[in-house]
Amino acid sequence: MEAVKNAVRMEGITKRFGNVVANNAINLELHEGEILSLLGENGSGKTTLMNMLSGIYYPDEGQIYIHDKPVTIASPKDAFDNGIGMIHQHFKLVDVFTATENIILGLNEEGKMNLKEAGKRIKEISQKYGFDIDPEQKVYNMSVSQKQTVEIVKVLYRGADILILDEPTAVLTPQETDKLFAVMRNMQKDGKSLIIITHKLHEVLEVSDRVAILRKGEYIGDVLTKNADQQSLTDMMVGRAVSLNIDRPMPVDPQPRLEVKGLTVYDELGVKRLNDITFTAYSGEILGIAGVAGSGQRELLEAISGLYPIAEGSIIYHNPKTNQTGDMAGKDPLEIQKSGISMAFVPEDRLGMGLVGSMGMTGNMMLRSWRKKKGIFLDKKEPERVANAVWKELEVVTPSVDFPVRRMSGGNVQKVLVGREIAQDPAVLMTAYAVRGLDINTSYTIYNLLTAEKMKGVAVIYVGEDLDVLLELCDRLLVLCGGQVSGVVDARTTDKRQVGVLMTRVGGKNNEK
Amino acid sequence: MLNFLVTFIPRAIMQGIPLLYGSTGEILTEKSGNLNLGIPGIMYMGAISSVIGAFYYETFTPKDSMNPLLAVLIPLVCCLIGSLLIGLLYCFLTVSLRANQNVTGLAITTFGVGFANFFGGSLIKLSNAEVPAIVLGGTSGYIKTTLPFANKMGWFGQLFLSYGFLAYLAIIIALVASYVLKRTRTGLHLRAVGESPATADAAGINVVKYKYVATCTGSMIAGLGGLYYVLDYSNGIWSHNAFGDRGWLAIALVIFTIWRPSVSILASILFGGLYILYLYIPTGTEMAIKEIYKMFPYVITLLVLIIVSLRKKREDQPPMSLGLPYFREER
Repeated sequence: MEAVKNAVRMEGITKRFGNVVANNAINLELHEGEILSLLGENGSGKTTLMNMLSGIYYPDEGQIYIHDKPVTIASPKDAFDNGIGMIHQHFKLVDVFTATENIILGLNEEGKMNLKEAGKRIKEISQKYGFDIDPEQKVYNMSVSQKQTVEIVKVLYRGADILILDEPTAVLTPQETDKLFAVMRNMQKDGKSLIIITHKLHEVLEVSDRVAILRKGEYIGDVLTKNADQQSLTDMMVGRAVSLNIDRPMPVDPQPRLEVKGLTVYDELGVKRLNDITFTAYSGEILGIAGVAGSGQRELLEAISGLYPIAEGSIIYHNPKTNQTGDMAGKDPLEIQKSGISMAFVPEDRLGMGLVGSMGMTGNMMLRSWRKKKGIFLDKKEPERVANAVWKELEVVTPSVDFPVRRMSGGNVQKVLVGREIAQDPAVLMTAYAVRGLDINTSYTIYNLLTAEKMKGVAVIYVGEDLDVLLELCDRLLVLCGGQVSGVVDARTTDKRQVGVLMTRVGGKNNEK
Repeated sequence: MLNFLVTFIPRAIMQGIPLLYGSTGEILTEKSGNLNLGIPGIMYMGAISSVIGAFYYETFTPKDSMNPLLAVLIPLVCCLIGSLLIGLLYCFLTVSLRANQNVTGLAITTFGVGFANFFGGSLIKLSNAEVPAIVLGGTSGYIKTTLPFANKMGWFGQLFLSYGFLAYLAIIIALVASYVLKRTRTGLHLRAVGESPATADAAGINVVKYKYVATCTGSMIAGLGGLYYVLDYSNGIWSHNAFGDRGWLAIALVIFTIWRPSVSILASILFGGLYILYLYIPTGTEMAIKEIYKMFPYVITLLVLIIVSLRKKREDQPPMSLGLPYFREER
């Protein structure tokens, strides 16, 4: 066997964003002519690491070698010059341009712009690797898969021999995925080196030669795919359980509060985002929702709160005050509120959907309460009282209740948002990524708040990404995978491995049912 | 009838030329994603800058010793410098400081019109004229110069050859702009900047540079429209608010032509014709009817907007990031 040559070697790469260490002293090698899977949970630093190869971020520490030569990659152009091309999750294409125009965009070739000539070269590349592409087609007429093809051809047209694909299969159908994998193997045969970022285990096993695993910004190790299986990869990906010591009292007198039955939704492209979701949220418990990013968490919460169109299914609400039940599927948020359903939603996009950035705490409190008063004048007293209460009780760091929330730190913004929702005295409290980007102390404040709500008899739904937290904070876990319920487990008795398996494969191996 | 057309069409063309300059300039600007509503003000700036240049040249040079070349070049250079400066101001505010484009544009229009009227008024004072106007007949004479044999060619000469060089320059600029936008790499990059600056940036295109160059070039082209109007069409007579509201018509023309400078050549003549049509209605008609005639250009612009919106063809829509500032950090 001949000695392996490295296409890429990253040595001691560290990247920090503020206090957060996204990548800690990572060593990664990509051999020439191999397909390497970069595996890790959401937030484990995969994309950050690859963005440093493609010139979007610059590493704080460490050295990158391309074909064993030390290089500095400070911009996307440097990356191109080193033959590195990255296909991002969000395509960077101009909609009204044709495929050809997009592909040659930004290139300064000699002479006059010649779209015909470029189209011919694109055809050649397509034939060589088995792409299906019409150079004359406008991007706005293309399917997601075709757009991805344009992105890949764009990179190849620029002569890249190291390709990085960031979760390329997230937007593809299974058939399109198979086609993509075939193309990837063709590129490999042609001597190109590829990195594919993914968290789908079966794809890792199917397409790659070697797997490198990241967890929470650390490099865990690498294995040859032929020596790995789903279980061993899951273990490396989720790691050992860490004890967080979150206070978790037993639920008191749980009653069904929210029953979701057969919920199915489609997005604007007609892709099924939730498939026949059925579960019950009980009062006095925290129901955790786990799953890799984009498994339908956002759609689920938005569908329940009336923000996402529901195709099929029902959402039955048991009103604790009147003991009545009613179906709230298909109602908009105002109708839900008017029919006496008290539900609070802490969305993941705090300053987009949750709060108005340029208003102070008082103004933001008012958003929830102004409708309750009659007459044409606003009542500022009550929101001001709530704002002051939130300010004191949650220790929000702000000069005054009128200070624009946009200029507060992330943790304080979240406290304002959670504080406002709790002040509504909800019967159902839904939170999405409530502690994302927060430091440890603030995170614990939020956990304690949620637990306090649970003890008041509120049905809390907690969408989270950190498995350790989910396992210690919640009473039950609903695991989503690809828009389906993969399993419901008791958070007290299950372990990370089981949840990890459920997250990556519907039903998992040890299905409880 | 033929007689009417032979007199009417040249008038319409001469009315249309300033609009053509304005719309070509604005199209280039908008293709970079900048919605420059300052165009009316910029055209006033171009007009007054050239008037100032011509005024001082005429004041310091006796009429019979004027050099034709200088008489043309001085106002031209002054006009380009004046409109370039205000274009730079617009770019600095909207591109570098990311101020709101609508507000900035409207402010520049107000400023440009005020600036022109203020300095125009000062010049009128300086010239001790009896009527509130400056007459720059000498300069205008040179700028208006037509081909010597134009008069001898009957209706053909009157329709096609009876204009000063600036009229032909406007058409050449529009054709060149059209070619650059459609067929060159620069045009491709410029359109990408206006459609999706983030994509352009990722492809290694200097978004800020393209926005600055396109907007400033556009300003200078629009400024020439002001120069043409005062020193050619009006025979060098500047008075208060001389240029009228033609700047807004130029912006309407951009929408009317769905961002195509080549279409603008004919469309500007149509607009010019509609703009002066009220002068040709039978005498004795009520004043109110005249005002309705003046509305025609705007009415057909609205109709085009409705039709284009109904057709929903993506190529006919304004550049996608038109009016939006670009922050690189907001990936």
